[in-house]
Amino acid sequence: MSYHNPYTPPRKSATFDDYTLAEIRRAAATGIYDIRGAGTKRKVPHFDDLLFLGASISRYPLEGYREKCDTTVILGSRFAKKPITLKTPITIAGMSFGALSGNAKEALGRGATIAGTSTTTGDGGMTDEERGHSQTLVYQYLPSRYGMNPKDLRRADAIEVVVGQGAKPGGGGMLLGQKISDRVANMRNLPKGIDQRSACRHPDWTGPDDLEIKILELREITDWEKPIYVKVGGARPYYDTALAVKAGADVVVLDGMQGGTAATQDVFIENVGMPTLACIRPAVQALQDLGMHRKVQLIISGGVRSGADVAKALALGADAVAIGTAALVAIGDNDPHWEEEYQKLGTTAGAYDDWHEGKDPAGITTQDPELMKRLDPIAAGRRLANYLKVMTLEAQTIARACGKNHLHNLEPEDLVALTLEASAMAQVPLAGTNWIPGKGGF
Amino acid sequence: MDISVNRESLEAMRVFDLATMPLRELNSALHAIAPGTNDTNFEVVNPRGSHAVAVGIDQPVSVDVRGSVGYYCAGMNDGGTVTVHGSAGPGVAENMMSGTVVIEGDASQYAGATGRGGLLVIKGNAASRCGISMKGIDIVVHGSIGHMSAFMGQSGHLVVLGDAGDALGDSLYEAKLFVRGEVKSLGADCIEKELRPEHLEKLAELLEKAGVKDVKPTEFKRYGSARKLYNFNIDNAEAY
Repeated sequence: MSYHNPYTPPRKSATFDDYTLAEIRRAAATGIYDIRGAGTKRKVPHFDDLLFLGASISRYPLEGYREKCDTTVILGSRFAKKPITLKTPITIAGMSFGALSGNAKEALGRGATIAGTSTTTGDGGMTDEERGHSQTLVYQYLPSRYGMNPKDLRRADAIEVVVGQGAKPGGGGMLLGQKISDRVANMRNLPKGIDQRSACRHPDWTGPDDLEIKILELREITDWEKPIYVKVGGARPYYDTALAVKAGADVVVLDGMQGGTAATQDVFIENVGMPTLACIRPAVQALQDLGMHRKVQLIISGGVRSGADVAKALALGADAVAIGTAALVAIGDNDPHWEEEYQKLGTTAGAYDDWHEGKDPAGITTQDPELMKRLDPIAAGRRLANYLKVMTLEAQTIARACGKNHLHNLEPEDLVALTLEASAMAQVPLAGTNWIPGKGGF
Repeated sequence: MDISVNRESLEAMRVFDLATMPLRELNSALHAIAPGTNDTNFEVVNPRGSHAVAVGIDQPVSVDVRGSVGYYCAGMNDGGTVTVHGSAGPGVAENMMSGTVVIEGDASQYAGATGRGGLLVIKGNAASRCGISMKGIDIVVHGSIGHMSAFMGQSGHLVVLGDAGDALGDSLYEAKLFVRGEVKSLGADCIEKELRPEHLEKLAELLEKAGVKDVKPTEFKRYGSARKLYNFNIDNAEAY
């Protein structure tokens, strides 16, 4: 008797999916791990998994366009003689000149200034362009100390001691030789064309007790004028926040794993650190336990894209947020306008992440003079300002719907979660229930 | 140790007693110096291990600290002359831009870390990571230095009259290291290099500036970067 075997479609492994197989082949062919920019690309519980409840019989809303909803935020009120006041709680995260072109840094400064917020230097020092175009500029104090000097400390509006970042808590960085122009090399006191390692630890302090003395030194150098931020990656948010407060920080910046980097190993980006959503409540809890909530301000970053994300971060207890990747997109990163050139680089608009190679068609993550010219800093700054204003309006819209006359009045009670994971992380009830996993005994 | 006050200069000297005055008063006075002023001599007594003494100087002032200091003394010094008549805690003269810092005693970890210019003289010994990430500073240590010194040193000179600990010059860039005594071990990518006439000349200059007598530049060996780790290569991964 003949037997006909019916057709069965080929089945690919969920464990060994196409991307995983390609990665194995790539590693075997090149002998090196994949380096890339940006933050995690894996799906993690995020602000999308939260919803606002809005007003109801027991909560009345505020009238859009008529009743005021304040967005002002003051940062650095704990110790600094000159705290900074921003019109919107959306700040621009630290990104270096070197990783970004001079025009891109100028665009970020221009956009932030129009919108009434701050921008931040990065691992490479402060340029005159970004100081000149940024009304409020935060100066990062990094392990590499590239470009660090007391004059720039004094002309900054705030100082951010960087302990870690969300894309790579515990990791340093590497600016590859191809992005080291004469100017970048000069700012970093290194020869042109060699890989520039950014250290993972500070050279002259380790641990919270040393950090307290380091902060004292920075305050003394700047005559106690500048707010001092401490930035950490999303690793141990409760303890890192508590220790930063103990060390004397005015502001804690907490960056989750969706936060971008100019370049690091893909394996690091995808496997080290916690999602932003999981970081906020422990950090806020630490501030509350110390009686420092709203006295030491908390800035959350990592995957903030819209006014809804801003409102959710603030409702969970943050004082402000910072955006990096989203700001780059606003000024032109990964724009489909350059699709043909992205294709030539073996990628597509929206997926381009080889920021370390210096070939960015949009002229943002490059030091190539011809590519840099593609970014008009004035027009790009305007786009960023528009985007910041839209996000602010969106956050206000939601806050008014929740009956809040200041974004800071949003609270966890305004939120529910769509998934068990988000409910547990954000510590707000699963929608339609009064259940928060891990609370109330089960 | 001589801790007597120079009587001739006493009138022109402003004395800050840290036993009775807050640190803020000292640093604030140092920062308030206007360019070109004559009132530039300061003395600090009873430092008692205070941190951040005489930090952020940006004028050519002279500060004599009578006793030992804690962390970050003379941090980010830009043009001042700071003499510690005692020992210094971690990070002395960190990120110095220009000027001179002299430690009559010993220095703890990270002396001269990330310094970009000026001269740091340590008359005793320096602990680990002396000159870490140095970016142009010149450091002269009369005694010996600890492990991992000049780690990732980018530029400048480190001169050691005594011995160096383990992993000297690990991951070194372009800083030049001169050691007169024994080097316990060299770090990744650090090698002994030829001592050429221009190095002897520079050494003689630094020794003179640091008040070193009866020591010849030819007594030193020079160490520098092999430059093999300058651009990442997977075949060098075992070196890290």
